[in-house]
Amino acid sequence: MMGYENQGYEEAHLYASKEEMASLVLNEDPSPPSNGSKSFTHDPFSSSPQFVEIPTEDTDPLQSPSPNQVLPSHSSINSILEPPSYADAIFQSFDSDYVDSAEVVSQDQSLSALPSFSSDYIKICVSDPQKEQEQSGSLVPGGSYYFTYLITTFTNLPEFSGAEFNVRRRFRDVVTLSDRISESYRGYFIPIRPDKSVVESQVMQQNEFVEQRRIALEKYLGRLAVHPVLKRSEELRVFLTVSGKMPLARTTDVASRMLDGAVRLPKQLFGGESVVGGAAEVSEVVQPAKGGMDLLRIFRELKQSVVNDWGATKPPVIEEDKEFLEKKEKLQDLEQQISNVSQQAESLVKNHHDMGETMGQLGLAFVKLTKFESEEAIYDSQRARAADMKNVATAAVKASRLYRELNAQTVKHLEKLHEYLGVMLAVNNAFSDRTSALLTVQTLISELSSLNSRIEKLEAASSKIFGGDRSRIRKIEELRETVRVTEEAKNCAVREYERIKENNKNELERLDKERHDDFLIMLKGFVVNQAGYAEKMANTWETVAEETSGYAK
Amino acid sequence: MNALQRSGSDSMAQSPRSPTSQAPYLTVSVTDPAKMGNGVQAYISYKVITKTNFPEYQGPEKIVIRRYSDFVWLRDRLFEKYKGIFIPPLPEKSTVEKFRFSAEFIEMRRQALDVFVNRVASHHELQQSEDLRTFLLEDEQTMERERSQETGIFKKKPADFMQIFKDVQSKVSDVVLGKEKPVEESNPEYEKQKNYIFQLEDHLAEAQKHAYRLVKRHRELGQSLSDFGKAVKLLGTCEGNSLGKAFSELGAKSEMLSIKLQREAHHLLMSFEEPLKDYVRAVQSIKATIAERAIAFRNHCELAETIKFKEIDLNKLRLTRSEKLADAEREYEQLKADGKESKRKFETIVKLMNQEIARFQEQKTIDMGVAFHEFAKGQANLAKSIAEAWRSLLPKLEACSFFVQNPDA
Repeated sequence: MMGYENQGYEEAHLYASKEEMASLVLNEDPSPPSNGSKSFTHDPFSSSPQFVEIPTEDTDPLQSPSPNQVLPSHSSINSILEPPSYADAIFQSFDSDYVDSAEVVSQDQSLSALPSFSSDYIKICVSDPQKEQEQSGSLVPGGSYYFTYLITTFTNLPEFSGAEFNVRRRFRDVVTLSDRISESYRGYFIPIRPDKSVVESQVMQQNEFVEQRRIALEKYLGRLAVHPVLKRSEELRVFLTVSGKMPLARTTDVASRMLDGAVRLPKQLFGGESVVGGAAEVSEVVQPAKGGMDLLRIFRELKQSVVNDWGATKPPVIEEDKEFLEKKEKLQDLEQQISNVSQQAESLVKNHHDMGETMGQLGLAFVKLTKFESEEAIYDSQRARAADMKNVATAAVKASRLYRELNAQTVKHLEKLHEYLGVMLAVNNAFSDRTSALLTVQTLISELSSLNSRIEKLEAASSKIFGGDRSRIRKIEELRETVRVTEEAKNCAVREYERIKENNKNELERLDKERHDDFLIMLKGFVVNQAGYAEKMANTWETVAEETSGYAK
Repeated sequence: MNALQRSGSDSMAQSPRSPTSQAPYLTVSVTDPAKMGNGVQAYISYKVITKTNFPEYQGPEKIVIRRYSDFVWLRDRLFEKYKGIFIPPLPEKSTVEKFRFSAEFIEMRRQALDVFVNRVASHHELQQSEDLRTFLLEDEQTMERERSQETGIFKKKPADFMQIFKDVQSKVSDVVLGKEKPVEESNPEYEKQKNYIFQLEDHLAEAQKHAYRLVKRHRELGQSLSDFGKAVKLLGTCEGNSLGKAFSELGAKSEMLSIKLQREAHHLLMSFEEPLKDYVRAVQSIKATIAERAIAFRNHCELAETIKFKEIDLNKLRLTRSEKLADAEREYEQLKADGKESKRKFETIVKLMNQEIARFQEQKTIDMGVAFHEFAKGQANLAKSIAEAWRSLLPKLEACSFFVQNPDA
């Protein structure tokens, strides 16, 4: 999905005794479904669908009591044998002040996607997976199949000539989109597309896998839609609006690329022949060397990078590098810390879960004891004890549920951390764009210098011969032409490099601002929730403490 | 036993020797555990401080040093002498933990021993016991001598108990003796009580198991909060500016809460889990008394049988005017006396058990009430601290402004 492992934390098996609890004591009403497309992914923080679907409240319970406010335990649970009121089953999200942005942010749409905050918006939904047959060129008789997804777009962006669009796309198209954008928008922090997950697609249940992919696609497209530059890209627009096959443009299959490259190689090796195209084609310079077509270029740039590393030639562009390197280091450190916190947060969630589970089991045990003592009671003291036990059991069961609900919320908030790890990957890619652009520049510079030194040598040799050396003079002229073309290519490469640097800079500013805001919201949400649920638990236990205060020494 | 002090309740009798009309009291405290000896021989000794105005104790206060096996000795003696009474339970003999002697283990044991001795001291019959006096007053050498005399005669092997439990639970008649009559009381009320006790033990054991796990969960959560706090603090230093400070504070609060959780774990262990465990032990003690009653009943029945056969023999001898008649008559009288005695013993046990069970139920309601209260209080306080800690962060977070948009706008 994001290119790294989904650890698949199994919230689905949260409570072994949950069924026990349900059958013995409580009949929890099933949570109401949410609006379909907004569900969570399979990354380590995701909870199973049952938790996602619990709606959140709009009012801050601290400021104004609302009719849906959860009542303290003693008034809402009358008997352990009655199911709790539905009001108890719904929990409130306590980060109600920020519910709009928090909700949206936690679902990967940043603030700029909200209609109330900016004048343009674009919202993308992925739904309705359908199985289709592979048409032509299939080696397997009977045909293999693939899935398509309905991509629905709502937008008011002027580039789109309409407000709503529907297209069908398959995953391969998404890969193409992603590759196209990576080529055209070097230096930008481009969201990472979902994994191809070849193994998972074989191993998982088909409908589970398709659903997982659908969710991942929706998240990915959502991130693209929220990027201030990418959302206006031609590539995205075409993907979202143009029905039919995605134009494949430059991505040809590997085999033909290799052939192409091999054919051109001799021409490049013999360089100086009348084919001026021995110099790098200017337009190609703006792309990093890749694939078979650029074998020679790859070799050259590799040589250059080795030269660079060994410090034989100093890179021509230095002034910003220090600042850049510092920033890069800082970001690496940041990535490390985010990763650590993310891990610890996962652990925290697990421990809360275990606590809730054990509390629930304790409650259950006391429920059984209460029943037992009540049925077998001969003495009044037994009846009194049964009553005390019932209060404790009820509170324990309630606390257990509170832990579960708290966790579902915590997961939602801390998921932001997980997402930023993905963003860091995008940052690394953008930095690699910069590095490879720089390498291209340096390669060309170095080539220029070697060309010029060849010219010098030839001139020197030719000057010794009276009347000139015809072949040498011709050679010099050819070289001069090559130099001119290479010079142009170099200038182009430098421009590209500067462009990428500028993109990096802008994106870094954007990242810092957005990250600051996102983390701030995350912290607030986390803290408010923890506090809210702790207060609920305190109330629950206070009641029992009061009821048993007669025993206090 | 001082007749003046025998009474139904603990506090009404007066002794002519006591200077004031103060109610009689006997309180004990078990304190100051100290590790003695080395290696395999190592043990813990406790200070046992007795405060009393019982005349037999000759003095208002006495301090002695005792070890766990001394308590075991006392319990065994009481069990032998006071059949029918539910002897307060002792903490388990631990073979493994003993070597580790963690501070927590020592504290738990000390608490349990203190509770044990005080229960004995406040039971209107048990407090009269000579063995209790020995335990509370004698010096260590005497105590050691007493302990070493305790060989086999009074000690019941676990295997014996197992057999007795089997008899109690199943209604298999005594086929071994070739007699078809049952050796079980056919008392439906008593049957009900026995079933109650056995089932109660299962229920309590389960509750105690989960209570113990809950303690562990508290510790684990505490550790997790500490790790989380540290990681968040590091992230804070990375971020810098006001947000970074907010992170750092959050991390600090998290670490603080970790400490609260560890404390609550300890509190939960001592004030909730231990009382539950104690409850389980108490029920097991009752099971031992049930076994004693079964033995007494069996003895009584067997004697009654034997007496009947003796009567038949006697009549035969009378008819034949045998010279064995005199002997036989003497034996018969002896048997009748024994029979009376065994009947008395059995009936005492029955009477005592009835008293004891009522007392037990009342006592347990109080004990559990206290434990529940402590549990609830502990959880409430913990939750309140947690809420407070998190809420205290909000002002600082509110003070941080947004870059892109203020969602409150």
